[in-house]
Amino acid sequence: MSFPWANEYKPSHPFMKWMDEKLPLPRLVYNSVGGGYPVPRNLNYFWNFGFLALICLTIQIVTGIVMAMHYAANTAVAFDTIEHTVRDVNWGWLFRYAHANGASAFFVVIYIHIFRGFYYGSYKAPREMVWLLGVVIFLLMMATAFMGYVLPWGQMSFWGAKVITGLFGAIPLVGEPLQQWLLGGFAPDNAALNRFFSLHYLLPFVIVGVVVLHIWALHIPGSSNPTGVEVKTESDTVPFYPYYIAKDGWAVGAFAFLFAAAVFFFPNSLGHPDNYIPANPMSTPAHIVPEWYFWPFYAILRAFTQDFFFIPAKLMGVLAMFGAILVWFFLPWLDKSPVRSGSYRPTYKKFFWFGLIPAMAVLFYCGGAPAAEPYVMFSQIAALYYFAHFLIILPIVSAIEKPLPLPYSITEAVLGKDDGAELAPTA
Amino acid sequence: MARILSILVGLFFTVALLWSFGLGFYTWTTEPAAATAEHEFHLHPKNVHFASDGPFGKFDNQQLQRGFQVYKEVCSACHSLSHVAFRDLEQLGYSEAEVKAIAAGFTVPGTDPNTGESAMVPGSPTDYFPKPFANDIAARAANNNAVPPDLSLMTKARHNGPAYVYSLLTGYRDQPAELLKHFPEAKTPPGLHYNPYFANLNLAMAPPLSGDGQVEYGDGTKSTVDQMAKDVAAFLIWTAEPTLEKRKQTGWAVLGFLLFATILGYMSYRNIWSDKKH
Ligand code: HEC
Ligand code: HEM
Repeated sequence: MSFPWANEYKPSHPFMKWMDEKLPLPRLVYNSVGGGYPVPRNLNYFWNFGFLALICLTIQIVTGIVMAMHYAANTAVAFDTIEHTVRDVNWGWLFRYAHANGASAFFVVIYIHIFRGFYYGSYKAPREMVWLLGVVIFLLMMATAFMGYVLPWGQMSFWGAKVITGLFGAIPLVGEPLQQWLLGGFAPDNAALNRFFSLHYLLPFVIVGVVVLHIWALHIPGSSNPTGVEVKTESDTVPFYPYYIAKDGWAVGAFAFLFAAAVFFFPNSLGHPDNYIPANPMSTPAHIVPEWYFWPFYAILRAFTQDFFFIPAKLMGVLAMFGAILVWFFLPWLDKSPVRSGSYRPTYKKFFWFGLIPAMAVLFYCGGAPAAEPYVMFSQIAALYYFAHFLIILPIVSAIEKPLPLPYSITEAVLGKDDGAELAPTA
Repeated sequence: MARILSILVGLFFTVALLWSFGLGFYTWTTEPAAATAEHEFHLHPKNVHFASDGPFGKFDNQQLQRGFQVYKEVCSACHSLSHVAFRDLEQLGYSEAEVKAIAAGFTVPGTDPNTGESAMVPGSPTDYFPKPFANDIAARAANNNAVPPDLSLMTKARHNGPAYVYSLLTGYRDQPAELLKHFPEAKTPPGLHYNPYFANLNLAMAPPLSGDGQVEYGDGTKSTVDQMAKDVAAFLIWTAEPTLEKRKQTGWAVLGFLLFATILGYMSYRNIWSDKKH
């Protein structure tokens, strides 16, 4: 679907006419990222991050495929094949650093993309499906990144895999057998490394598939915008090409600049030094920490230090860690406010900036810190707020808060007045 | 209904967290964590500068050659360098003939050309640095039950690696009287050596650089302990990342190009949007 005023694809060259009859791929492109796709004219830079996520996904797939050509998923040689790639393969170091830092860049971009959704209420009708597919992508990304980190078979690879798969052991009754089944053994070893490699190669393509659905679902209502007021007339929109191609294009340039700065000048800053030590099942690292993008959820996992009635602390932690992401699935139905954008929701906005953002910051910090006081207490307070925010505050605030008056249309928001406003029935 | 359920689930998690927090807070106020010798006496690496530091950093080949000499004459008795091949040494400015000679000075596991049996043979440029011990058991037996780690990636495998290696090598000293007074149980056990830069303060490596002039540098540089430590640390920066210099140089070219492309992109963005208020 699109808006009635969308430009129509009119091939003029005979070949393009022929193509359009046989396989209307150019038409599809024209209607999804070309002149035939109208987009709100008032999008701010937060709406560039979906496009940047696409760029990140592409970087990961391209660099990953090249690395896989030199990698061997065998515990005896995995570490050495990576070092061989970095030292002896032409530009191998560049592919390796780009892939490792690319994962971090991808998560930076995706966290901004998701928090844009929280602030602007992008998850609400009519874009629930876009959001749900997004959460699925995020879960797939986490699984992919986790398994990828195991592949170099360094100390953190091994011990991270051991700790995370150990979490399944907390599930009552089936936990232990499930954990052994997942690993193909009692501890991470060759069997686990092989299946992780297999899945790490597979999942990005599953993500590609879900991204196609994500964008398909998005293109049915079209993008929301910073006012949260839906598109009404043609003057609310501009065609994707050239307007947003140009905007996304320069944003990609800026992103690539920052990314290159990290890859070429600080390639190891985000990694853990211990992963340059080959895996050694006999020697436990002083602090086992996952990659930074898992820190908030790792902090939530470790925040549950006490059994709660009959539920063991470890199981509580596991439930909460998964629950922390699963609640996102329910947001479209927990947030009752008819207004989307946080800019017009004074109370919600305060909870967003002074509650959710600081709580996330604390969780990020504590997840990377040792499991000792006072960090554990900080993460307990922050995790408490996190759950309260989504499950208690949001449903209540969204029901009682009085939103600010909305502009009549995007055109009015941008130009100060909308000539169509008088003719149209009052909304 | 959905919201009632949601609030109940929310209460479940928040109350469980309050419970954990409450008990944690109580323990924290009533039983302050005991001080440890590691916590009180561990030192962060010293400040030290290397030619390869910074965005314009380049290797100082003279220094790398000296560092290699220290590795060869001192460290290689205990530490392997398994990711480095003799041929790589050409990058330090050695000629092909010199590399051949260096390689031939080491014996590596190979095959006896006459009998076909495994034997130790002189190294050739394509060989990698040999391991000084047959296996971990032999290494432990010779080193007070500790395995000397491979040094190829050492400067990447520790926080602030280059400075750490330098500090470790120059940081040996007698255990401070203060420490023994407050933590008598933390007295360095026999066979270990006190070094405040090591995570748990006592390590199995005896001070490998023990006196000035231990190696004789060919380029006339005075081989003080400090100088040798710096040189070998610089060498280990290179072994950990021989492509470091190329990385930084390529980086500037890439950033320059991207800056140019981004400015062009920004200008066309401004141009295209100039007729649209937004
Ligand atoms: C006599 C044998 C021996 C010699 C010679 C030797 N080392 Fe060691 N080294 C060891 C042992 C044993 C360990 C392990 C110590 C431990 O874990 O307690 C070690 C550990 C290290 C470590 C790692 C410390 C850590 O953080 O785990 C570094 C770095 C190191 N040596 C550097 C060097 C350098 C550089 C030289 C040459 C100047 C050298 N060593 C010479 C035996 C030796
Ligand atoms: C591989 C990962 C992803 C890719 C490639 C991707 C791609 C995109 C693109 C291209 C857009 C349109 C441009 C924009 O609004 O930024 C978009 C919109 C959106 N995405 Fe994603 N996305 C990804 C992950 C996610 C995740 C993890 C979520 C949420 C959990 C999410 C939620 C949304 C929502 C709600 C919108 C609509 C925003 C609006 O119109 O206001 N996406 N996505």
